Amino acid sequence: MITLILRDLRIAVRAGGGFGLSLAFFFIIVIFFPFSIGPNLDLLSKVAPGTLWMGALLACLLSLERIFALDFEDGTLDLLATSPIPLEGVVIAKAFVHWLTTGLPLILLTPFLGVLLGLQTSGIIFLITSLIFGTPALSIIGTFGAALTVGIKRGGLLLSILVLPLYIPTLIFGAEAARRGSEGFEMQTSILLLLGVTLLSWAILPFAAASVLRINLR
Amino acid sequence: MAISIKSLSVSRGSIKLLQGLDIELKSGHAGILRGPNGVGKTTLLRTLAGLQPVDSGKIEVPLEDICYFGHTDGVKPTLTVRENLEFWANIFGSPSIEEVAKKFMIIDLLNIRAGTLSAGQKRRVGLARLGLTGCPVWLLDEPTVSLDETSVKIFGNIIKDHLSENGCALVATHIDLGLENSAQIIDLSQYRPNSGELSSSDEGFL
Repeated sequence: MITLILRDLRIAVRAGGGFGLSLAFFFIIVIFFPFSIGPNLDLLSKVAPGTLWMGALLACLLSLERIFALDFEDGTLDLLATSPIPLEGVVIAKAFVHWLTTGLPLILLTPFLGVLLGLQTSGIIFLITSLIFGTPALSIIGTFGAALTVGIKRGGLLLSILVLPLYIPTLIFGAEAARRGSEGFEMQTSILLLLGVTLLSWAILPFAAASVLRINLR
Repeated sequence: MAISIKSLSVSRGSIKLLQGLDIELKSGHAGILRGPNGVGKTTLLRTLAGLQPVDSGKIEVPLEDICYFGHTDGVKPTLTVRENLEFWANIFGSPSIEEVAKKFMIIDLLNIRAGTLSAGQKRRVGLARLGLTGCPVWLLDEPTVSLDETSVKIFGNIIKDHLSENGCALVATHIDLGLENSAQIIDLSQYRPNSGELSSSDEGFL
């Protein structure tokens, strides 16, 4: 499994691997936001947590299709399915790589964008906490969606439609935790619920995704 | 007994392709699947590899003994040949790729990006995976597509070596691999279901 993670990371950073694409997308969305609602710093800092969460979610969505599509096209997925690694392990490795190449860079970029939107330091810390707990859920749910649409040519749109509703709990609790934190309220409940959603999806979805893959490979 | 199939039926989608298929292959022997396009060679091999469910009948091969090689090579274009091979070597826990690379004549290509290889070279890289797995049972689906004559001969010899090490291979192929004298030739067209649903076309793949 570590082999698979290392290989996928290597592919991601090579030319055409797509690493940095979603990062750039996230960057652009958040930078464009002040243009669309004007330079009112009060207003900006109020909507900043929600904006950053929404940006992270959309950026994450952008790179989901690649998770299995490339391996499906060149036959690697068939070979992985017949290899000694269980398909559940493949799913976990893929989701983890997706988080490493999308979620983690987004989190690292967030402090700079937070400043850009007028967030206080404490607000940024809470926002980052909520992103650390929430983005792994985005990756594993997205991997499940990618497994569902793996055989479909240009299934990107269908994938978005399937996956976005599943992102609702993470978005609600994540943005809520970040908002409460930045306004100085207690945020424990939201963070715990967010963590609950993340852990639950990581516990269940690898099995679901693996069985969906088995059906799609037939 | 390396491969033992008893009264197997398989289908592709909702169309029944093969019925009442019996194959017994001892280790050290090869089987060659013959039959027109669409008769079910690929479907049979994918079923044996565990990628497709069995309709009825019995397959007695442990899945971990099987190495499947399909139409596609599974070679990553952005990685070098060495990285491609090392990946599979790590997955299957085999130590050295050099020996295998020599055997499959890709030793000079190891540091080249796989995306720049020709189709035949790429296929050889894909086939080299067989040498890395250490699995005794090879299921090969048209392995010689885009290989030149010399490579086909060499690959035939590699299969023979594998058989002499008590391996076993089931090959779907239309061309002569040099195994025909010793191999069991299985013509799949005689196992078509009687209903005549699939009489003379490629319908199974549409």
